Amino acid sequence: MQTETKSRVDQLTSPAGHPVAVLRFEGDIASTSKDAVLGAYQSLSKSSTKLVLLDFTKVDYINSSGIALVIQLLIEAANAGQKVYAFGLSAHFTKVFTMVGITKYAELFPSEQLALAAL
Amino acid sequence: MTNTKSTTVEVRLPSRMGYEKVAMSTAAAVAKLMGFREDRIEDLKTAVAEACINAIEHGNRLNEKLSVGVVLSAGADELEVKVIDDGTGMRKSPVKPDIDRKMHGEEGPRGMGMFLIQALVDEAEWVAGTDGRSSYVRLVIRLDKDAA
Repeated sequence: MQTETKSRVDQLTSPAGHPVAVLRFEGDIASTSKDAVLGAYQSLSKSSTKLVLLDFTKVDYINSSGIALVIQLLIEAANAGQKVYAFGLSAHFTKVFTMVGITKYAELFPSEQLALAAL
Repeated sequence: MTNTKSTTVEVRLPSRMGYEKVAMSTAAAVAKLMGFREDRIEDLKTAVAEACINAIEHGNRLNEKLSVGVVLSAGADELEVKVIDDGTGMRKSPVKPDIDRKMHGEEGPRGMGMFLIQALVDEAEWVAGTDGRSSYVRLVIRLDKDAA
């Protein structure tokens, strides 16, 4: 019943010249999304990746188990000295991420362009 | 949906993860017919989904022989949703997640469902079945909440 989560990684450079790994998610983010979320993140080089940008533009449904996976990603990133940002969340999930405190550890942007411009 | 009599819609879900989306879509359709704003419908969808996930995972313990009942009662100015399972009921109260404790490994990353339910609807109560079964969570969302 849950739409399979797809993810891919794009390596971009911000306008300021910093390398940014963009994790693009598609589908539902739920308990079945561990490989797509954490697996994609764990495929990044810890030594060369300092900025991680999460793209939720093509995500329609995130439940509390999916939010927990995002928090696990944030914990691993914090332990690796990486900074995490996100964009593309709907107004509703922006509210939900704010309610559970994720915005304290991952700044949210309305678009990829605005996110990259800030990095 | 203009009369003031309560209209009831019932859905029965298998205890399988993912089927919460059926209840979510049904609740959204009823709320839309009642005239709820889009942002309130999104709140309701998340609350209903989390209630069903709890019922599937904790109430019915993923036992596919058991089903989750979802009863939506549309009144004149509020929508009540009961999500019923065969568990003994939630014994804890919703707790606001502490992101700092989660980030430092002092509490698990999960455990946000009840908090989200309570935060997103106007009323939420967890009721244990008197026979140790048929427990339910009751949610209410009101039509005039923050009306412009």
